[in-house]
Amino acid sequence: MRYFKFTIIMSATTLAALHPGDIATIVSIHAEEALHLRLLALGFRSGKQIELIRKASFSGPLQVRVGTTDVMLRRVEAAKIEVLKS
Amino acid sequence: MKRIALLGMPNTGKSTLFNRMTGGAARVGNWPGITVELLSGKILLGPDMVEIIDLPGIYDLHGYSDDEQVVRHFLHDNVPDLALVIVNTTQIERQMSLLLQLKQLDMNIVVILNMADEAKKFGISVDAAKMSALLEMPIFLLSAKYGSGYPEALQAVTKALRYPTPGMAEELRSQLEQDEHIETEMARVLKHTVQVPARLSDNLTDKLDSVILHPWLGLPIFFAVMYFLFQGIFIFGQPIQAGIAEAFTWLRETALVPLLSSLPQALQGLLLDGIYNGVGTVAAFVPIIVLFFLFMAIVEDSGYLSRAAFLMDALMARLGLDGRGFVMLLMGFGCNVPALMGTRVMRSRAMRLLTMLVIPLSLCSARLQVFIFFTAALFSPKAAPLVLFSLYMFSFATAIITALLFKNRFKNTEPFVLELPPYRFPTLRQMALRGWLEVRHFLRRATKFIVVGVVMVWLLTHLPLSAVPASADTLAGMIGGALHPFFAPLGINEQLTIALIFGFIAKEIVIGALAVIYSLSGDALGSAIGQQLDWVQAYSFMLFTLLYTPCLATVATLQSESKQLKFTLLSLGWSLGLAWLVSFAFYQGARMLGY
Ligand SMILES: Nc1nc2c(ncn2[C@@H]2O[C@H](COP(=O)(O)OP(=O)(O)OP(=O)(O)O)[C@@H](O)[C@H]2O)c(=O)[nH]1
Ligand SMILES: [Mg+2]
Repeated sequence: MRYFKFTIIMSATTLAALHPGDIATIVSIHAEEALHLRLLALGFRSGKQIELIRKASFSGPLQVRVGTTDVMLRRVEAAKIEVLKS
Repeated sequence: MKRIALLGMPNTGKSTLFNRMTGGAARVGNWPGITVELLSGKILLGPDMVEIIDLPGIYDLHGYSDDEQVVRHFLHDNVPDLALVIVNTTQIERQMSLLLQLKQLDMNIVVILNMADEAKKFGISVDAAKMSALLEMPIFLLSAKYGSGYPEALQAVTKALRYPTPGMAEELRSQLEQDEHIETEMARVLKHTVQVPARLSDNLTDKLDSVILHPWLGLPIFFAVMYFLFQGIFIFGQPIQAGIAEAFTWLRETALVPLLSSLPQALQGLLLDGIYNGVGTVAAFVPIIVLFFLFMAIVEDSGYLSRAAFLMDALMARLGLDGRGFVMLLMGFGCNVPALMGTRVMRSRAMRLLTMLVIPLSLCSARLQVFIFFTAALFSPKAAPLVLFSLYMFSFATAIITALLFKNRFKNTEPFVLELPPYRFPTLRQMALRGWLEVRHFLRRATKFIVVGVVMVWLLTHLPLSAVPASADTLAGMIGGALHPFFAPLGINEQLTIALIFGFIAKEIVIGALAVIYSLSGDALGSAIGQQLDWVQAYSFMLFTLLYTPCLATVATLQSESKQLKFTLLSLGWSLGLAWLVSFAFYQGARMLGY
């Protein structure tokens, strides 16, 4: 039982922790209203698949693909998006 | 008159469609936030004249950045008779949310599924008829860029205009609660009408990105492209400019001088040495500027701007700015005014102001003309592109220093989330339009400022009439003398000082003014200046020109966008002070090192 719980915690993470090439499913978005609305409009919705394409050097932004849209966002913002790695 | 408003998310092709409908010249570019204010045009649709309005893009109806406010105010103040909602077909699975929000406003709507060509290329198929039935709105698949599907859509628009305008819900904000309903509706419609392949077949964009956004190749590629651009300017553009300048001189000697010989001496001088030489010297640069803007048009339409934002955001974040700020600096290479307006997409006022503080340091095309002129006159053909490149580096460096110094005064926590559109290439038509826009822009500036500027310079260098022209006894000589203590430590002589004063109106006037002051044009002017100055003085002068107050139009835009006199004065004072300090440090430093 204990072990089982552990694995769930392992795979539930934030977008910021993914590596290039990882594919995950958006679980929830914990952002303030303005940012949340912008993310919604860009296609970030819980249940949707998201792929991390690349990370910019010097801790720069991430490039992700949600549906047919490529979006860049900073790691701080990515940390507000909870995902389940698949 | 009936009104049609173009609504949609940013970068969906609203302005492209506007241009197609009206034959207008709205600026188009592959960057979300090219259009930041209203633009209208009139066309005849069926029996009636109809007004078409191009608007900035909006992500939803709740945005509050300055460009989104433009749209909300517009919708509040005048309900359009028809809203033409533009959706990027390749991204319909997310953009439909805005369509459904707009639908709730109970407006008269025709939907345009734009970029049909790209959708086809990427393997996305949409059943427009079925979608139309499900949503109970006329929906048309078309390509605003290439024109396919356009006639049918236009017909439907004409028809839809006949219906009376329904009222619009008063409070846009009250729609917010219904977003949940939108989500289910969206899923339902998409499921029945849209097919997206598991993997998009846009390999080109992926491949290009893997090079251009490469972790350590990305930035070198950026600077290499910049360097080759300057090389190109000197190889192709500068000979054309020199040729035209020669042609102007020839025309003057063979036709104008004999023609005007009966006029009084002073009037002849004003017309020939003042207006003709002054404006002609500046006008010779038009081909270079057009070439430069064709290049800018390709860059802006390619989608590279978003990539530049990606590459530079890490640095910009440390300066209290973000990747968009860097893109505005690049846009400022063309002209600072649209770059300043482009900051409207930023929601945080502090970040917007900080970005607006650094944009005037961006080396615009007017300054480029001055620098091409000076580098061609003073440096070897081999060194010239490098000198130009170094000035752009100074432009970046001073922007960075400025942001570092002021970032604590303009603290912000603006999130940075931006789309990366696929790579595109402008059509010849789009490029020609851009070239024409720049010529028109130049002609407007020429008639407004440049003529006035060179006439004033002529008067100052010739009054009082008893004095030897351009000598110390003229008004110009007196002004130059009075400012001498200020400019001498920078190695800038009195003639150049006068040119700088008028460069405050518009930087192009600097070379026009020099033509008037030396009463020479073309090659002769270049070699006269080349003999009088050494390279240290010339470079110091160029640094000052780069950094001091951009031009009247930029100052006016700073004021109208910031609406704070204090901010405008800060920008003016800072750029003047910085110009003096940098030139001083360079000139004295170089002299100390024995140059
Ligand atoms: N392939 C393709 N590209 C298009 C089409 N329509 C527009 N574009 C391109 O899409 C980009 C955006 O076009 P704009 O007309 O500037 O878009 P906009 O909606 O006015 O954008 P904003 O003013 O930023 O909101 C440009 O690169 C256009 O060339 C189309 O039908 N097909
Ligand atoms: Mg536009």
